[in-house]
Amino acid sequence: MTQLIALFKAGIMFGTVILYGSTGEIVTEKSGNLNLGVPGIMYLGGIAGLTGVFFYERSTPDPNKLVCVLIALLCAFIASLLGGLIYSVLTISLRANQNVTGLTLTIFAAGLSNFFGGSLNKLAGGVGQISVSNTSAAFRASLPFAQNLPPLLSMLLGYGFMVYLAVAMAFLVNWFINRTSVGLNLRAVGENPGTADAAGINVTRYKYLATCIGAGISGLGGLYYVMDYTKGTWDSDGGIERLGWLAVALVIFSSWKSRRSIWGAYLFGMLSWLYFYIPDLTRRSMELFKMLPYLVTVIVLVVVSLRRKRENQPPAGLGLPYFREER
Amino acid sequence: MNREPNAREPFVRVSKRGVAIPMWKAFGIRGIALVASLVICSILIYGIVKLNPLKVFAAMFEGAFGTNKRMWVMIRDMMMLLCISVGLAPAFKMRFWNIGAEGQILVGGIASAACMIYLGKTISTIPLMIIMLVFSTLAGGLWGLIPGLFKARWKTNETLFTLMMNYIAIQITAYFVAMWENPIGSNTVGVINSKTKVGWFPEVFGQAYGLNVILVLALAIGMFIYLRYSKQGYEIAVVGESENTARYAAINVGKVIVRTMFISGALCGIAGFLAVSGASHTISASTAGGRGFTAIIVAWLAKFNSFVMILISALIVFLDKGAIEIASRFNLNNHVSSMLTGIILFFILGSEFFINYQVHFRSGKHKEVQA
Repeated sequence: MTQLIALFKAGIMFGTVILYGSTGEIVTEKSGNLNLGVPGIMYLGGIAGLTGVFFYERSTPDPNKLVCVLIALLCAFIASLLGGLIYSVLTISLRANQNVTGLTLTIFAAGLSNFFGGSLNKLAGGVGQISVSNTSAAFRASLPFAQNLPPLLSMLLGYGFMVYLAVAMAFLVNWFINRTSVGLNLRAVGENPGTADAAGINVTRYKYLATCIGAGISGLGGLYYVMDYTKGTWDSDGGIERLGWLAVALVIFSSWKSRRSIWGAYLFGMLSWLYFYIPDLTRRSMELFKMLPYLVTVIVLVVVSLRRKRENQPPAGLGLPYFREER
Repeated sequence: MNREPNAREPFVRVSKRGVAIPMWKAFGIRGIALVASLVICSILIYGIVKLNPLKVFAAMFEGAFGTNKRMWVMIRDMMMLLCISVGLAPAFKMRFWNIGAEGQILVGGIASAACMIYLGKTISTIPLMIIMLVFSTLAGGLWGLIPGLFKARWKTNETLFTLMMNYIAIQITAYFVAMWENPIGSNTVGVINSKTKVGWFPEVFGQAYGLNVILVLALAIGMFIYLRYSKQGYEIAVVGESENTARYAAINVGKVIVRTMFISGALCGIAGFLAVSGASHTISASTAGGRGFTAIIVAWLAKFNSFVMILISALIVFLDKGAIEIASRFNLNNHVSSMLTGIILFFILGSEFFINYQVHFRSGKHKEVQA
């Protein structure tokens, strides 16, 4: 039983990273932009948050936890937004191919982040391992009484605030897309930009805003990974990148519905950690078990394409550039 | 043409170029983009290491071409990247987003490594090489074929399917690495057949990597001819332009997709064979090392022309080697190379816009043009 609870908790923490990624990507894809730069954007969010807090913690002897958290969130959001802006300028204004631009963004941002993550301490004058334990503790702080609760309750309440923020964000995005007029316009842009344009919607502005804000949300996943999942340190073994691709896969898994991606994310998380909780696995078979989330994604892809239900289809204009004069 | 008095002409207006601009102009625009990106890179490098960028570029040259050995390593890596790009070209020309090259390389590499380990004691190098080539081709081809089949039959999204196949291949590689690890507990395979050198590429013209060059250049030229002059190459082009047109012209779209994906995967499998047998003589989960993604950009920017791909992969590998040299001289880490590559690719991607479109600025003394 304790094993099961531990798996559940590990799954939720893992799932939170990709939930941010996929919630942001859903906003982006609803505008018709398929951004394969999500892993890169999550890298940017992670490194920007870490760098910002790192310099703040070093500059003051007694860092204020609330300020730490705000700096981290702000830096992560802005940096990821800028990543989205690069993508937007290239694909929307300069009409470059979306897939290629997204992949380039991932290469660029992974290089940038791992470079700074690896040499931050050197650039700051050799302070040894970068660690922002103070801020990380603030990110991981759960409700004070959560540790004394019975296991079933602490399973739901014993996490840092960003876990709940992710769920709230997913619901908010769901409400925004389906229940507001701006969300309706956004969907129109993604389905058929030509029609939306004729209806007087500023297609370019919608695409820019959706892509940039979506990137900002995705970037928070990277921040959560750095602050909570790896406890305020930087590891450059490509962990964020793997999760970033899973976030892209989760968008399809949830068929562009952010509410559905909540449980999808936790399911992916638990599948990813399953190998750790199955007794007596050899190292070899552990490697095969780590395949599960990817295998499940493939199966889901196939099943979705077999069933072809109308409400599960991607936005009709997804991946296509829009040029008014070519209507 | 009566214009309303209040209607303002937008500040910037964009139109598609009616006639393609001449070749030299197109290359000029790309050249300007390249220079601009190098300027940005210089500023960044200066910001980080506070050194004269020209000296840094000189160091990069030295890192790439400094010694005979370095130059051959650069050529080897360039051939590897070129091989993958050549493999991806038919798939992308067909607008099939095969981002699964990493996985296809890895399964090809596993097949080669397995041959070296299990057959290395009984079969001599030359027949073994042929067996390895066949098996790695089949393994890579199969890995590409699976998403191709689903795309052809049920229109399953190939971008994510191939992407997920990468990670499945990575885990399979990790499985085999754990199985073949040598020495036990090291979690690496070590250099396979390090004493007998069975299954290693033999030296050609006294060069260890001579065979890599011959093999890859042959593939590149073959692909150029295949795409440009063969019936199948034409079918690929038509399917890529418009599936409906292809269907109207009685091309069996499903068949073309499956066949092309097998070819694409097979060539990536050969790249895995090159990586294992012709370069590192070992296998690990990082044997592909992100080159499957870089190659997409190479193939795309070259518009699937083999000869342009040679140029672009040379540029990228040069940057990579040069950046690694800077990194080791100034105690930075290697990731700086992907950062610089990314910046340069952004600029080249952006420059395509100015080749395909024309930008008109609002001018004060605008004359009415009879349209």
